[in-house]
Amino acid sequence: MPTGAVIEFTNITKTFGHVNAVNDLSFTVEPGRVTGFLGPNGAGKTTTLRMLLGLVAPTSGTATFGGIRYRDLPQPLSTVGAALEAASFHPGRTARNHLGIYAIAAGLPAERVTDVLRKVGLADYADRRVGGYSLGMRQRLGLAYAMIGDPGVLVLDEPINGLDPKGIKWIRGFLRDMAAEGRTVLVSSHLLSEVQQSVDEVVIIAKGSLAHRGTLASLDTDTAPQVIVDGPDRDALSDALTAAGVTFSIGRTGLLAAEPDPARIGHIAFSAGVEISVLHRQKSGLEDSFLALVGGGDSL
Amino acid sequence: MNRFPRAVAAEFAKLTTTRMWWILALVLFGYITLLAGGLGALFGGLQSGAIDPSSGGAGGGQGGPPIDNLPPLIYSFAASVGYVFPVLLGALATTGEFRHQTLTPTFLANPKRGGVLGAKTVTLFVAGAVFGVVGLAASLGIGALVMSAFGVDPLLGDSETWALVGRLILAMALWGTIGVGLGVLVPSQVASIVIVLAFTQFVEPLLRFASMFTEATAGMGKFLPGAASDALVGASFFTLTSPTGSTLDWWQGGLVLLAYAIVATIGGYFVSWKRDVT
Repeated sequence: MPTGAVIEFTNITKTFGHVNAVNDLSFTVEPGRVTGFLGPNGAGKTTTLRMLLGLVAPTSGTATFGGIRYRDLPQPLSTVGAALEAASFHPGRTARNHLGIYAIAAGLPAERVTDVLRKVGLADYADRRVGGYSLGMRQRLGLAYAMIGDPGVLVLDEPINGLDPKGIKWIRGFLRDMAAEGRTVLVSSHLLSEVQQSVDEVVIIAKGSLAHRGTLASLDTDTAPQVIVDGPDRDALSDALTAAGVTFSIGRTGLLAAEPDPARIGHIAFSAGVEISVLHRQKSGLEDSFLALVGGGDSL
Repeated sequence: MNRFPRAVAAEFAKLTTTRMWWILALVLFGYITLLAGGLGALFGGLQSGAIDPSSGGAGGGQGGPPIDNLPPLIYSFAASVGYVFPVLLGALATTGEFRHQTLTPTFLANPKRGGVLGAKTVTLFVAGAVFGVVGLAASLGIGALVMSAFGVDPLLGDSETWALVGRLILAMALWGTIGVGLGVLVPSQVASIVIVLAFTQFVEPLLRFASMFTEATAGMGKFLPGAASDALVGASFFTLTSPTGSTLDWWQGGLVLLAYAIVATIGGYFVSWKRDVT
């Protein structure tokens, strides 16, 4: 089983002309977990990943895998697998030939091509020209390319883009499995909700700079949790809450109580004999903190 | 296997897994067959008397130009006209990497970019040589058949003919590498194709023709890539029509072509190949 290496960005900076695309970014990505690399479109995610992979030269700073730069890795495809965009194919070439070329270049056995095509579910389409592939199939072929050397590190740029619900479910399981096997998994996305169910850690960047770094749960702390409660008789419910000393506001879907524990609200209503129809914690605390971190919802 | 031989093998796989190479080879074969067969028949006919020159309008009843040594001229069509095909193949193979963003998986599999470009050059050198063989199959294969039919000796037993074959294959191979150089110098596929076609079919013939009028420009004209290629091959209809035009020795022509390939490829490496892949 391949073991993951630690990805380490140290003061990495990229300037295009006078624009600071990536600004003094430093963070590490640990093996054995899925790390979400998040930020709005144009935040510098792709440029950062391309610097990591030696495709874009940093203006300053370094990015390494276990201390080694990508271009100095003795067996790059067997150390790091990367899927960057869904369109890096010659449309006239078949999936098998496409992968075969890079297997030759990396000195990998030809059976790996068949293996990874089966793994991503493209075995039946292996000998069709890629030009006729759907976006979802291209994403899978990109993943097959990333997997061809059975690498310990996976770097995936927006892998969920263009997948249908079945594909999304599949890739979530795939990411979890990879991390469970001890690999390092770094996945970028501009939508937290897209990767929320698969990631353990998040690295959030905005305008090229680090905005937040921590576990997924760490995003939840800044927002005061609220409970939404509603019933057929809103006045009676309001009185009961007031009597219990719970402050609230009236929203479209019910009363928004400034109280983190739904059980307490339920008990108040039960004690007052007030019928309720809705009782749940307000969702999207994560998305809200994410949007607050990246500077409002201007990318959406 | 070491990294470089693997890179060469990968570049060969790239070339042979799309349809482009055999489509271009097929067109090359058809085009040269038509030219070599047609002109072989015309001049062969004139020379052998099978075609009466006074009956044709060409030459104002003067008769065809006295061509001694017709076969090498017919055979050289494979390069003097066909050289555009290996250039196109090289330019398409290179610019296609930019166009289809396949530089990304290429450089991920082999981050040594100079090595990849070197592997592509080696590959297109061999592919150009194969195109040389395809062109010769038409110019020599069909041409010799047609000339023998008109009673002209195709000189197939002549060692000079086979030396020409070898030099022609070398010229076509060099043109393949020039195509790679052009491709990295002008990574836009459309621009590259336009440059290849405009330069080889129009600009260079015109320059070569214009350069013949004064001695000073004639000295420069022989260093044009097409002129150098004709010098390397050792025969061409173009030099026939300009008997005063000075030419290089065959080995000088080869070195000039090689210089074009090296300068374009190294220049292109800095212009596009080592740049950021975004």
